[in-house]
Amino acid sequence: MAEPKFAAYLCKGCGIGERIDAARTAKIAEKEGKIALVRQHEFLCSAEGVALIGSDIEQQGVTHVAIAACSRRSKTEAFQFPNVALARANLREGVIWVRPDTEEARETTQEMADDYVRMACAELKKMKLPAGSPERGCSKRILVVGGGISGLTAAVEARKTGYEVVLVEKQAQLGGWAAKLWKRVPEREPHAAPVDTGIQALIDAVTEDAGVKVYTNATLAQTSGAPGRFNATIAVESGSTAIEEIGAIVQATGFSLYDMNRLPELGAGKSPNVVDQAGLESLAREAAAKGLPIRRPSDGGEVNSVVFVQCAGQRDDTGRHLPYCSGYCCNTSIKQAMYFKDANPAVDTVVIYTDLRVPGNGEDFYRSAQKKGVTFTKGRVTGVEPSGDACKVSFRDLILDEDAAIEAADLVVLATGQVANAGVDIDNPDATDANGAKPISILNLNYRQGKDLPKLSHGFADSHFICFPYETRRTGIYAAGPVRRPMDIAQAKEDATGAVLKAIQAAENAELGRAAHPRSGDLSFPMVRLDGCTQCKRCTVECPFGAIDEDEKTYPVFNESRCRRCGTCMGACPVRVISFENYSVDTVGAQIKAVDIPDEFSEKPRILVLACENDAYPALDMAGMQRNHYSAFVRVIPVRCLGSVNSIWITDALNGGYDGVMLMGCKHGDDYQCHFVTGSALAKERMSRIDETLKTMALETERVATYEVAITDIGRLPKLIEDYARLIEKIGMSPMKGFA
Amino acid sequence: MGAMNEQALAKYTNNFLREVEERVEEGDWVKMCMQCGVCAGSCPFGPDWEHSPQKIFMMIRAGKRDEVLSSDSMWMCTSCYNCVVRCPRELPITQIMHGLATYAERLGLAPKMNPTRKFSLQFWDNCTRTGRVNELKLVLQVYFRDGFVSGIGKFWDMRATGLKLLLARRMNPFELLFPHRCKDAKGIQAMLKKAYEIEDRRKGFAK
Repeated sequence: MAEPKFAAYLCKGCGIGERIDAARTAKIAEKEGKIALVRQHEFLCSAEGVALIGSDIEQQGVTHVAIAACSRRSKTEAFQFPNVALARANLREGVIWVRPDTEEARETTQEMADDYVRMACAELKKMKLPAGSPERGCSKRILVVGGGISGLTAAVEARKTGYEVVLVEKQAQLGGWAAKLWKRVPEREPHAAPVDTGIQALIDAVTEDAGVKVYTNATLAQTSGAPGRFNATIAVESGSTAIEEIGAIVQATGFSLYDMNRLPELGAGKSPNVVDQAGLESLAREAAAKGLPIRRPSDGGEVNSVVFVQCAGQRDDTGRHLPYCSGYCCNTSIKQAMYFKDANPAVDTVVIYTDLRVPGNGEDFYRSAQKKGVTFTKGRVTGVEPSGDACKVSFRDLILDEDAAIEAADLVVLATGQVANAGVDIDNPDATDANGAKPISILNLNYRQGKDLPKLSHGFADSHFICFPYETRRTGIYAAGPVRRPMDIAQAKEDATGAVLKAIQAAENAELGRAAHPRSGDLSFPMVRLDGCTQCKRCTVECPFGAIDEDEKTYPVFNESRCRRCGTCMGACPVRVISFENYSVDTVGAQIKAVDIPDEFSEKPRILVLACENDAYPALDMAGMQRNHYSAFVRVIPVRCLGSVNSIWITDALNGGYDGVMLMGCKHGDDYQCHFVTGSALAKERMSRIDETLKTMALETERVATYEVAITDIGRLPKLIEDYARLIEKIGMSPMKGFA
Repeated sequence: MGAMNEQALAKYTNNFLREVEERVEEGDWVKMCMQCGVCAGSCPFGPDWEHSPQKIFMMIRAGKRDEVLSSDSMWMCTSCYNCVVRCPRELPITQIMHGLATYAERLGLAPKMNPTRKFSLQFWDNCTRTGRVNELKLVLQVYFRDGFVSGIGKFWDMRATGLKLLLARRMNPFELLFPHRCKDAKGIQAMLKKAYEIEDRRKGFAK
């Protein structure tokens, strides 16, 4: 690339010109920011303004542009210049809109604007233009792991968009659980009766399609590589192995039914007349094959009374069974009660439930069952005692608040829940699943962090369930169906469709050397200066996406296409050898240092705000849009994720005379909202250790504060800032001013 | 009445829900209740009856025949229709309650001492005898229900209202001796008789 040439543009539109002294700010960009070409414009995002920048790029060879106007989140389309590094100073949402338009506020508002221009210029000087990752894979085949309803749907949907599929199924037959059902809950109007599963049509569609390579009786012996260039070693039971080149993976490995033998108190194992829902499906299939009604398993006798026990071993608060609701079982029991009622309305069918939960259009299905005479009793079953060919079902009636019993049920169906087939727990490889079984690895990834997808809670694969349900913590591998949360057929099909489309995106992005979600299209990638690396392994351990492996000398090996560009490695690195071309320890550090720090006696403290660009920064912007005012003493720098915050920024800021540092990241924990899953949690942990540093600097621990912020905290954020500014006022100005 | 009860018991052994569905007005709606409890929360008489509609419906499904039919709940319904308006499943709860009351009365299981039951019977008798409601007679019946002395007391308490009604010609004391009748009281009684017959036949009551 040619010699870098810098230019800064100051917009005076949207009231910026009236509120701040543009000439003074422009001078600052020139003198302090050391930008050769500084222009002011009345309306920069207009066609004329954009053309002005464009012609400078063209005619004068400008390579680096700083725009002091609105937030970096506004006018992104107007200010989009290919092959130009861009820094934005937020004078609108970040300055004039959050400050009162009064004479006494004028000075501090002006200082705020000046600082943001200094910061943008400083950042620009440190930026390089990202060229895209050189590590590009060009395979676009989709590997679908699991041949149940989710996997088959994923395969069919991938084929519809023209992508090739490799499907691996552990069993000899495709179809999974759906193939074991007699009928399924309807997904279309009128939601009145069980319908055909439709699984055969799906199986046929997959097996007849030359674009789908099906391996049955097969498992993954190893998965290596990265999006666009995964290598899947497929081991077939017969002993042969095959290696397939893969672009992205959909893991649809489904669930195992919670083992009803763990429920002896509900009669499981004590009588053949006590079955789980799968048991009833096989009874129904056998009966249908013979053209007979369902018979009592113990003696083949007529079934006159069936009791369905909901939440069997589910929603359990004793810690012995599943603590969660599997969500599909109420509808399934309703469907199974209809098997009996549709064949013979005289059969008594009682569903004993604590809360009937019928997602989708289940409410209509429920009503249809009531019309057919299925009895629904709100109660909690306390015991099932088989005697002879009958079972006594005792329960607590929760409406009448009394103990009750059904004396002679011919069949008792236990609605047990779903246990995810999510492979081994990589944090605890010896852990058993809810059924007490020791899981075997499904993906057999050769990643440094472990063989399978990380789990979140209850053994389900971690998917970003609040915002991006298919995103797992392994780039290019998408979880679909009950492997990521309990669900029914309708939800699994929708899930599989979504996940496979994400997989296709990942493969396409990998070919272009671009980031996948959430920084999709980002061309920057982490670069490491290995000669400075101390092999501390922090980056390889902390990367939320397992993108970094280790070589034999335990140096980090970056797999760029597995990287989501969050910068958590950059935040982790104690020797600061990891950086991105347009986002590095230097680009942020330079911004921090560029701020003008008034002396101790000025009564003008400076508070650094490092705000997550996904939630906290937009919330601050929106606070500005709503004209929620906050202190003029804060200087906000957006960061890719709080996980990318390197503690050197904090110590630099405090050494430089800042009076306080606010870190704003997303909610962490089991219901995390961090776009990069663990970034905010890691930041919190790292900052908990900064107290020591503060003490050695003889500073109050309050000078660094971490906050959990959501994008909706538009009203709360200005208050937090105001409160913190008052706190700083109380503890007094930093004694560190004037030394840097 | 007792015979009818035994016959119902025999026919619907162990299945009170089916009995209600076939013999109680709007009884086939009972199975559609989803036990949300909105009716119970909406009833202005909430604390004053034994069982809420929600409980009555649950008891019907649980086969608690005697408890349901001898409950005072149906008799306490004032037909405000709050529950009907609010029921998410659109059950005609008021009608079901009255249907249950009527059925309990037919079987002789209704709570004998319930004042609203007594009033209902008096009203029906008063109305069907002449084809018109004789308000004066009905009022006196209600006043003197608990004996002569208590009746005089109630009468005395209401004297001002009574006087005003008299002066406004809203009440005629001669109605007591020469009640108004509708043009064809006999015809009305014959019509009601026929209606009973039809109902009995439809609901399967033996004659």
